[in-house]
Amino acid sequence: MMAALRVELFKVFSKWRTYIGFIALGVVIPIIIVSLKIEGMRYFEFATQSLQQVFAFTGNLMNGYSATYLICGMLFVHVPFLVSLVAGDILAGEATGGTYRLILTRPISRTTMVTSKYIATLISTNSLVLFMAVLSLGLGIAMLGTGEVVVIKSKITIIATHDAFWRFALTFAYAALAMSTVSSIAFALSSFVENAIGPIMTTMAIIIVFLILSMISAPWMDVVRPMFFTTHINTWRHFFDMQVPWHTIITSASVLAAHCIGCYLLALWVMTRKDILT
Amino acid sequence: MEDPIIQVRGLRKTYGSFTAVDGLDLTVYRGDVYGFLGPNGAGKSTTIRMMLSLVKPTAGTIDIFGKPLATNRKEILRRIGCVVERPDFYNYLSARNNLEIVGRLSGTDVSKQRILQTLDLVGLASRSESKVKTFSHGMKQRLGIAQALLHSPDLIILDEPTTGLDPHGMVDVRNIIVSLAKDHNKTIVLSSHILPEVELTATRMIIINRGKAIVEGKVHDIVRDQGLEEYFIGITREAQS
Repeated sequence: MMAALRVELFKVFSKWRTYIGFIALGVVIPIIIVSLKIEGMRYFEFATQSLQQVFAFTGNLMNGYSATYLICGMLFVHVPFLVSLVAGDILAGEATGGTYRLILTRPISRTTMVTSKYIATLISTNSLVLFMAVLSLGLGIAMLGTGEVVVIKSKITIIATHDAFWRFALTFAYAALAMSTVSSIAFALSSFVENAIGPIMTTMAIIIVFLILSMISAPWMDVVRPMFFTTHINTWRHFFDMQVPWHTIITSASVLAAHCIGCYLLALWVMTRKDILT
Repeated sequence: MEDPIIQVRGLRKTYGSFTAVDGLDLTVYRGDVYGFLGPNGAGKSTTIRMMLSLVKPTAGTIDIFGKPLATNRKEILRRIGCVVERPDFYNYLSARNNLEIVGRLSGTDVSKQRILQTLDLVGLASRSESKVKTFSHGMKQRLGIAQALLHSPDLIILDEPTTGLDPHGMVDVRNIIVSLAKDHNKTIVLSSHILPEVELTATRMIIINRGKAIVEGKVHDIVRDQGLEEYFIGITREAQS
């Protein structure tokens, strides 16, 4: 298993497409942080204009933590596309390239092959989330300093500076699970087809369709909505409630984990029965 | 007493209503260079894929090295090297990296020296660090043979190994095949459309058509004073009519 995993990691990190996500985030995050450094206070003034007539806001509101919170809100919608670039290709790419013949005529079981590829996918996905965490927090703090996290939802919550870091640590850990779910879906779809474009586009289509369905206001949707993984992807925002609703977070994390396991088992089931004809 | 290395009995593969292989029996003995012949669509590649567990048989048994493939897959594949149809590789990696991957997955500790030796054998040592995407079809074919020989297998299955090679390359591959069989006692299954190539290298052969064996035996017993090409065309036409 370790030999197969090493091979898979070597292949994944030798591919140009693996770095597209890192390059995209490496460009976008500094631009967002520089923009917030220049224009960030205007954003807060606009968002809090009705409150400014009653309250006085003082201190470094546009700091590295607040910037990271805003970046999470902006990018967690788009990162799924970047992670599915690798996950959608990892099985289908072997079919496209005809290299299943190279690896499956070697003495490794299909279970080992699928498992090593799945672990490599998760490592790649989690590396991207870790990169996002280090870059947004590191560069944010370096350029904007630390301070309270100003969370503007339906109400404004201000998280104390000393109370912020652990919330971000858990946010990115939760994001890693959420992005692993997206990867797992792309991975499972990748086992059905012989071209990586299909799984990548289908994963994005599933996310978009589920998000649209989630918005439908109907009694039957209230029953179905909790089963959509998209409902649980944004649960990270609860880490910035004054009182963290742990039960909600654990339930959401369990649903996402169940999706991951289900997708892995589906890919395994498909691949152990598949005739390699390419 | 000849020692059977591959024994296929009643092998059948269907895709819906289409039967690709239809109750095929064949036996390959130790030290054979076994020509596996048939017109396009005869079921050669499907049979080879079933022997390598890429495709699951609908019915029948495949025993290799005296053990059923279905229950001893890993143990059997460890002793087989193969090129199945066109050799495909990870084009974004070098020739050496590709062979390292094959070596690691073969469960053997393949040294860098062994990789270079194998690349040298097929005339690619000077291109070991070049990415495979820069290789011509003929070079990929040679690399395919290199990966099949890398872990010193006892049984080598080659599906069209000389396709895309120039005349020098074809002679080189033929010499490698003959040397592996004679000097190293390897057993070789050779599927090819280049019949003079098979005639020069094979000791035994089978001709199949529509998934069934038409004839199997020693090459010189089957062909006698005819050329293989003439014999093949005659017998396959007869079978198709």
